[in-house]
Amino acid sequence: MKRSTIDLWVGLFVAIGIAAVVFLSLKVANLTPQSADQTYTLYADFDNIGGLKVKAPIKEAGVVVGRVAAIQLDTKTYRARVTLNLEKQYTFSRDASAEILTAGLLGEQYIGLLQGGDPDELKPGEHITLTSSALVLEQLIGKFMTSFTGSNNKSSASGAQ
Amino acid sequence: MTELLLSPLRRLGHSTINAIWRLGFITRFLLAILRYSGQSLLRFNLTIREIYFAGVMSVIIVVVSGLFVGMVLGLQGYNTLSRFGSADALGALVALSLLRELGPVLAALLFSSRAGSAMTAEIGLMKATEQLDAMSVMAVNPIARVVAPRFWAGVISMPILAAMFNVMGIFGGYLIGVVMIGLDSGTFWSQMQNNVDLHYDVVNGLIKSLCFGIAVTLIAVFEGYDATPTAAGVSAATTRTVVTSALVILAVDFVLTAFMF
Amino acid sequence: MPSDHFIEFRNVSFAYGERPILKNISLTIPRGKLVAIMGGSGSGKTTMLRLISGQIRPSAGQVLVDGRDVAGMSHAELFEHRRRMGMLFQFGALFTDLSVEDNVAFPIREHTRLPDSMIHDLVIMKLAAVGLRGTQALMPAELSGGMARRVALARAIALDPQLMLYDEPFTGLDPISLGVIAHLIKKLNDALGTTSIMVTHDVHKSLDIVDYVYFVSNGEIVADGTPQDIRSSPSPWVHQFMWGEADGPVHFAYPASTSLQQDLGLKGNQHD
Ligand SMILES: Nc1ncnc2c1ncn2[C@@H]1O[C@H](COP(=O)(O)OP(=O)(O)OP(=O)(O)O)[C@@H](O)[C@H]1O
Ligand SMILES: [Mg+2]
Repeated sequence: MKRSTIDLWVGLFVAIGIAAVVFLSLKVANLTPQSADQTYTLYADFDNIGGLKVKAPIKEAGVVVGRVAAIQLDTKTYRARVTLNLEKQYTFSRDASAEILTAGLLGEQYIGLLQGGDPDELKPGEHITLTSSALVLEQLIGKFMTSFTGSNNKSSASGAQ
Repeated sequence: MTELLLSPLRRLGHSTINAIWRLGFITRFLLAILRYSGQSLLRFNLTIREIYFAGVMSVIIVVVSGLFVGMVLGLQGYNTLSRFGSADALGALVALSLLRELGPVLAALLFSSRAGSAMTAEIGLMKATEQLDAMSVMAVNPIARVVAPRFWAGVISMPILAAMFNVMGIFGGYLIGVVMIGLDSGTFWSQMQNNVDLHYDVVNGLIKSLCFGIAVTLIAVFEGYDATPTAAGVSAATTRTVVTSALVILAVDFVLTAFMF
Repeated sequence: MPSDHFIEFRNVSFAYGERPILKNISLTIPRGKLVAIMGGSGSGKTTMLRLISGQIRPSAGQVLVDGRDVAGMSHAELFEHRRRMGMLFQFGALFTDLSVEDNVAFPIREHTRLPDSMIHDLVIMKLAAVGLRGTQALMPAELSGGMARRVALARAIALDPQLMLYDEPFTGLDPISLGVIAHLIKKLNDALGTTSIMVTHDVHKSLDIVDYVYFVSNGEIVADGTPQDIRSSPSPWVHQFMWGEADGPVHFAYPASTSLQQDLGLKGNQHD
């Protein structure tokens, strides 16, 4: 009957539509269904995170091993506390270090991990203690300028004496 | 002389009042549709029939346009990005422009000229040939029986069509960037995945197309219902549907973009 | 007894904008009778039917159906009134996106919970009554004008209404179908006790079947009576209408405000 062919087409239409949305969510936006039992959490405190954002990749030797889950300000120490979601298959030693790096000159920022030599492993919920902050371009230039003018002043002062 | 000065003013006042009157009327019309929607949702095959005419019949034009838009984005994006040495970001560029703006907006424009105009013409002709009168004299509310199923069909079809447009567009960008120009397929996808956020880009894009679906379909059924019941009246209403929809889509898009991103 | 008057117009006036269409009309239609309304084109006959069905409201006076004022009915009451009423539109008004069968089945599907097989049988019976059994699968666009009107008639009588309004049921019918339809209208009226109002131009055929006739001209009732009264009426209106004369109290032409010469661009004084 005519009605049922219409039903068939509409069913197909809706099914393809749902498939398209699923494709956009999984393949384009990369919502890989990461349930809690496939990842574990570590924390790292930084003096300055620069432009780091939630969902930024965490890399070890260039390989993505996890993503930034949350960024908060610790109101006791006034340092940035970054929550790292790492895949279970990768474990790190107690003296591993975390560093905020920039992809390319002006690219996005990510966290680079560097495995240490300690045989003890970091357990879920522990802190990575060795951290180094993001390079903030303005501070870098500022530091350079002050040290430059400072040494200039010294040399001119010594020259006058 | 004063008449010469006053008459444009008078006309302006007239059309302003007219516009406000229509806005009030269209709002009341929307409330009536919502109020009488029970039947079109209970007897869902009425709505399914309209999804067929509005949605399924628009698939071809949406899919083909999506493919071409994606291919154009691929070409233009590559030309621009490669000048800054970041051709790797092509996947992200294509996906973000489609998901956030081009997909919802272009799919809605296509939908209004393909399905919206047809709805207006159909309802307008039903009015002109007294079919709506005949229906209400048979104690059947035309808003419940004719307008509401079409409205819901449009609202349901629009996000689906926009999603199809997006997928085809991304495929078009892939064809140009990876297959034709020879960018690395892995880079294309991973750049896309690193930069596209599910909530920000995918969900917001879907919300946009849902809003467009409501606006476009409401305009289409309203213009049909409100048409002067003559051949000329129906044709004028059809034109108004396409023109008003285009303006409303772009205006709503601006407002939504300002809120969302 | 007032309840014997199924339909009653009490001093009804109606105007489209500034233009008065009906002027202070009073009439009564007894329950179970078949009444014809006749009159020239544009005299306001369809307007009277629309007042009864509640599509428009009178600007003065009252239209009572079974003792209740149509204009004062609530939404639900109006739908209840319409559910018991059938109306044949002047131009058929078939649903162009539905087949003949679905058109006739439309009111049954909307208002009853009958199983499909029973609806199908009902549709066949109604189509057989108008002589169109076998056209179920056709679309309205595939019907001739006369066939479309007969399908519309089948649709109007689908729920065996208590009140039938026919707007020119005989237009576009060949003499044989005309006889059959006239007979059908009469039979429906007699067998089901339906009160029927028929707007028609076909004086001679309708005088054979109706119980009472109202003549309308320029929004006023100019003559009324039983068919015998009408046939022997001395009224010049009736005489003119029955014999189709161009001269008489009814003017064939629309009352134009300018003369024919002026409209044609000829100035009257040029002929001096
Ligand atoms: N919607 C409308 N708006 C304005 N005027 C109308 C409208 N409908 C009808 N009229 C006018 O009302 C008058 C009566 O119309 P109506 O349809 O009742 O005539 P009628 O008696 O049924 O004529 P006919 O025999 O030709 O069908 C006509 O002169 C017509 O110009
Ligand atoms: Mg008429």
